[in-house]
Amino acid sequence: MTENGTFEGTHPIANFYQDQGKHRGILAWILSTDHKRIGLLYLLLVLLFFSVAVFFGFLMRLKLMAPGFPLMKPQMYNAIFTLHGIIQIFLVVIPAIPAIFGNFFLPLQIGARDVAFPRLNLLSWWLYISGAIIVFLSLFTGGGPVDTGWTFYAPYSLRTMVNVPLAVFGVFILGLSSILTGINFVTTTHRLRAPGMHWFRLPLFVWGIYSTAWVQILATPVIGITLLLIMLERYLGIGVFDPAKGGDPILYQHLFWIYSHPAVYIMILPAMGVISEVIPVFSRKRIYGYKAIAFSSMAIASVGSLVWGHHMFVSGQSDLASLIFSLLTFLVAVPSAIKVFNWVATLYKGSIELKPPLLFALTFIFLFSIGGLTGLFQGALAVNMHLHDTYWIVGHFHYIIFGGMGFGFLAGLHYWFPKMFGRTYDCKKAVWAWVILFIGFNLLYFPMLILGWEGMPRRYYDYPPQFHTLHLLATIGSWILIAGLIWIFLNLFQGLRKGKEAGGNPWGGTTLEWQTPSPPPMENFERIPVVEKGPYEF
Amino acid sequence: MFVSWATGLSGKVVDQVFFYILAVSVFLLALITFLMVYFVIRFRKKRNPQATDIRENIWLEIIWTIVPTLIVLAMFYYGLTGFHFLKKAPVEAMKVKVTARQWSWLFEYENGIKSIELRIPIGKPVKLFLTSQDVIHGFYAPAFRIKQDVVPGMTTTLWFQATEVGTFDVLCTQYCGLQHAIMMTKIVVVPSEEFHQWYQKGREEMEAIKGKPRGAQLFQEKGCIACHSLDGTPRVGPTLKGFLGKTVIVITDGEERSIEADDDYLRRSILEPNTDVVKGFPPIMPKEKMADEEIHELINYIKGLK
Repeated sequence: MTENGTFEGTHPIANFYQDQGKHRGILAWILSTDHKRIGLLYLLLVLLFFSVAVFFGFLMRLKLMAPGFPLMKPQMYNAIFTLHGIIQIFLVVIPAIPAIFGNFFLPLQIGARDVAFPRLNLLSWWLYISGAIIVFLSLFTGGGPVDTGWTFYAPYSLRTMVNVPLAVFGVFILGLSSILTGINFVTTTHRLRAPGMHWFRLPLFVWGIYSTAWVQILATPVIGITLLLIMLERYLGIGVFDPAKGGDPILYQHLFWIYSHPAVYIMILPAMGVISEVIPVFSRKRIYGYKAIAFSSMAIASVGSLVWGHHMFVSGQSDLASLIFSLLTFLVAVPSAIKVFNWVATLYKGSIELKPPLLFALTFIFLFSIGGLTGLFQGALAVNMHLHDTYWIVGHFHYIIFGGMGFGFLAGLHYWFPKMFGRTYDCKKAVWAWVILFIGFNLLYFPMLILGWEGMPRRYYDYPPQFHTLHLLATIGSWILIAGLIWIFLNLFQGLRKGKEAGGNPWGGTTLEWQTPSPPPMENFERIPVVEKGPYEF
Repeated sequence: MFVSWATGLSGKVVDQVFFYILAVSVFLLALITFLMVYFVIRFRKKRNPQATDIRENIWLEIIWTIVPTLIVLAMFYYGLTGFHFLKKAPVEAMKVKVTARQWSWLFEYENGIKSIELRIPIGKPVKLFLTSQDVIHGFYAPAFRIKQDVVPGMTTTLWFQATEVGTFDVLCTQYCGLQHAIMMTKIVVVPSEEFHQWYQKGREEMEAIKGKPRGAQLFQEKGCIACHSLDGTPRVGPTLKGFLGKTVIVITDGEERSIEADDDYLRRSILEPNTDVVKGFPPIMPKEKMADEEIHELINYIKGLK
């Protein structure tokens, strides 16, 4: 590469794996400011943490296989469901799509050489791994693993003997990482678009990442401050949340959900972005309702920041507050519905190839619809009185987070895999693995909806015998689901090692990342492209 | 078990809204899924090698914005009217004070009776005034479809009315620590006559205790009597008849050991109830704040229970 950033005279071009930078070996990765390498660093850690959290989930389901099943003691179960939640939410689901695909593809899709602040980007990754290490350290220090649930509700979290301060400090650091990533992505989208890439020529994945980044910047500080208050209250005895010291435990819940509800949109908006990429490419057709999809992302991000109180209908907050939060909750369902209709309309009169990325994307629509529709029940004030804090909620949010964000992630992984690694995978095996995963998923989570309606509360290490059948079904589902996951990743891993060379554009995509070789060179584009048409012109 | 029948007025109200939303949701899900599958088959590449470019139709966009908005507003409205009913207790409702503590429930009636089960007459509205002694709990009666968090430092309320005789579960829904999963009790709905007899008898017992020593009164006031019988029958906790001086097997940190139930053990059990729990009983006894002198009186009273 010459100094003015072109690749003249060096053919074939070195891809970003081969590039010779300042450092060698592992340092060439963990000190790299290249957005693609950082994206892959996140991928590695996220998959590692995901495996740990899935293992915890597996243990929980095993314990609940039968009433009184003596697999572990209550304290152990309480710690495991807490860790499952903390790891999945803060270490896996929130960073997954923005930090992996956002890092890797945001600059590529807008025609940039990197994000706006590459070194800040590396710092975000270091904060992420530091936060993760601190969370894991909290398991073996102080009073042992946290047993509060990932929600850290006061006053229980203020009184339990386990190592709450270190765990919340870890989450605080993770929040910092998330904020910096958000700042980076907003700036990148505003400042580094290629010539001609005006706002309505942005791929919809960029819109998803962009709206998410705003939520990351604006909402995350609230939980950061709240968790610091928990630490202060535990160490210095300041009575902010503990009623015994004059504090207010409902205030804690407000502050917690002011972040943690929008966090759901941090999870789902980027996944919706992935779906909006995949559907047009495999229907060989412009996406239907580009502007409606783009604006609904912004609508979800803004209205979604005002609905946190629907987690608190039975908490003791005022009935008037509940009324307003319920109304806003129902309204925020509309932009999600609009997206679904536009996706389905895009299929109409397309020329559809049901390749694995599309299969995962359509599964996203199906499972996310179940997740969204079950959410309507909880949003209705009267029904919430019955369903709140039951297995219905557990079923609902797994349909949203795993069925939505998880399948969106898998769609993205199967879609961009050839670009990221330069090789393809076995499509047939991917489809069979999908079949297993789909069956396991529904067998695991659908019974939870029925359990909740029958009155099974969540966070129970044991249960009365009338709930046995459905719990047993869910446990069997968890085994099938894990088998599906293992097969999916084995197949991809095999593609990584032995897959055929993918070439620059194996799916016939029209967005800018497909105009680079696979894997892309260090600075992405030989010459910054000039954009003359919309993102999905086939 | 795939059926969960609702009971009481509240059960009926909640289930109506539930099934309305269920019907709409099933229809929408079926519609979306059908269209998706149909398009994928009908417009597959083999059958439709060339995609047709379709421009947005503004009316279609408007329709599928407005129709879902109307649908969700209807759901909001039904949810709200149900909620209005669930939150507005009739003035003639019988009042019961509910205290939650890790990990048990205590119900106190207007005449002073204390009970660990909620016994109520059929057909009479009951209004609960709930508070917690320690962390947040959740009072949940699934058959009645009602729930309310029980928060320390404040009083929340909940009302319901039984329409049939029977026994119904009460569960804790707000995670409250180690034994959250077994923090359960019952709502016992009985005919009015039976309730009044029980209520009267409780009242008489309360009167009878007035002339008794301080220890006996404390045993009643602090709610010990709800779990520890005086006549030899085991309840949630062991009976205290002839308890003092007995050799009992207790569970300490998951290990069994044999100790003598002496003064010291009783004192420890009042101060730190769940360190040495008598084998066969759940570790759910709440800590009660008591002065040294009160503990002394209480132990003296228990000593006398031969």
